[in-house]
Amino acid sequence: MTTYYTKDHEWVRVEGDTGTVGITTYAAGQLGDVVYVELPEAGASLAKGDGFAVVESVKAASDVYAPISGAVLESNTGLADAPEKVSEAAETDAWFVRIKIADTSELDGLMDLAAYTAYCEGL
Amino acid sequence: MSEASTEQLKRTPLYESHVKMGGKLVAFAGYEMPVQFEGVMAEHIWTRTQAGLFDVSHMGPCFLTLEAGIGGGDDAHAEISALIETLVPSDITSLKPGQARLTVLLNDDGGILDDLIITRPLGDAAQGTLYIVVNGAMKEQDWAIFEKALAGKAILTRADDRILFALQGPKAVDVMADFFPGCEALTFMQHMPFEVNGQRCIVSRCGYTGEDGFEVLIPAEAGLPLIEEMYTDERVKPIGLGARDSLRLEAGLCLYGHDLNPEISPIEADLAWVIQKRRREAGNFPGADRILRELKDGPAKKRVGIRPLERAPAREGAEIQVNGETIGVVTSGGFGPTYDAPVAMGYVTAAHAAPGTKIDLIVRGKARPAEVAALPFVPQNYKR
Repeated sequence: MTTYYTKDHEWVRVEGDTGTVGITTYAAGQLGDVVYVELPEAGASLAKGDGFAVVESVKAASDVYAPISGAVLESNTGLADAPEKVSEAAETDAWFVRIKIADTSELDGLMDLAAYTAYCEGL
Repeated sequence: MSEASTEQLKRTPLYESHVKMGGKLVAFAGYEMPVQFEGVMAEHIWTRTQAGLFDVSHMGPCFLTLEAGIGGGDDAHAEISALIETLVPSDITSLKPGQARLTVLLNDDGGILDDLIITRPLGDAAQGTLYIVVNGAMKEQDWAIFEKALAGKAILTRADDRILFALQGPKAVDVMADFFPGCEALTFMQHMPFEVNGQRCIVSRCGYTGEDGFEVLIPAEAGLPLIEEMYTDERVKPIGLGARDSLRLEAGLCLYGHDLNPEISPIEADLAWVIQKRRREAGNFPGADRILRELKDGPAKKRVGIRPLERAPAREGAEIQVNGETIGVVTSGGFGPTYDAPVAMGYVTAAHAAPGTKIDLIVRGKARPAEVAALPFVPQNYKR
């Protein structure tokens, strides 16, 4: 099980050809209080780099981009009633979708935790 | 709420204080202003339950004074009022000493160029001047209009080098009474002058949150230590522009440039109440033809509150539809932390303006159910 990170502050945890996707604790901190999360339904297909979810804070709506291409197996429906979980547990309970990864070679361009931590420190 | 700008951003006298208090600064109305401190939600709730301190020094406080100077009691007030009444549709002449009134600056088509608060000073010796606060983003425009229209008759004195701050919330009056003894006797839209360390300041009971509260115009030298001391009171916390926006939206108050603009009349904006009877009868203000016609026949469109029925907020610019037909647009929208649901305001055609009317909001291409709602979303808590 390995976790990869994007420059847009999404994470993807990979087990075999399945990936669990969410936004990072850093991103959640920047967004502030999350009041609504819009997720794709099971079966939707994601293309790497495309906006696939929307996170709304009191002030603004922010797009969340797919770190990797694939088909949505399941979305975290619990976030509909408890969007505040994103602020509290961005990298654990508040995952967004599980996907069947289309092409694992797309992971090559992503960062590992050490690289992502260094990237955030430079922002 | 933030805006990109290549020109040099100005700072208010409270800039260092904002940095020290952990404010996250953004560009707003040409100034570097705090958008939040601990977080929009917490700051919003704090203001509704305690006392929130807002730096609004970016706004445009000013004085408009007869060329002949002050003094002269009611006659002088009538004279300066007659001058400003050529630009605004409110009855300024009938203001009692110490009283303030919301009004709008109009263009010749009856469109709103800005919304502003005009205050009549206390005491015979001070008559002949008006204390006016206009929006920060509009102050250069407004002041140019004042100076052009009233040249040779009145003199404009800008006061935007001073601190203008607001203390808002149910605990504001108790905190203010410690610093400005006697201000607790004021009622909504009244003011009184004070001296702090020999410096004149103006304390007004008004605000932009729907809560009881005060706004204070005070020179920086006297205001900085006063605010620093206020922050030692556990009931007081700094509040950023983010919560200022969600508070005013829940309170049903307009934001210029969003809910009001030069095409929109005060009647469309549901601000007919700023035009008092004497002015309606005389019809002697810019755009009176249109405004009086809309008063009589009703406007074609109207500003209304909008309550999304699902959890998704609708933002400014979202189209409003009924049966697939566009009938309006959202002009302010977000989440109401006290209302604990999304809230919005917008303009709809008159036929769909009644509270309870079912409408659709187009959010990210999808129609979402909503209904027209009475404003405000959260009861106003003014000291009458």
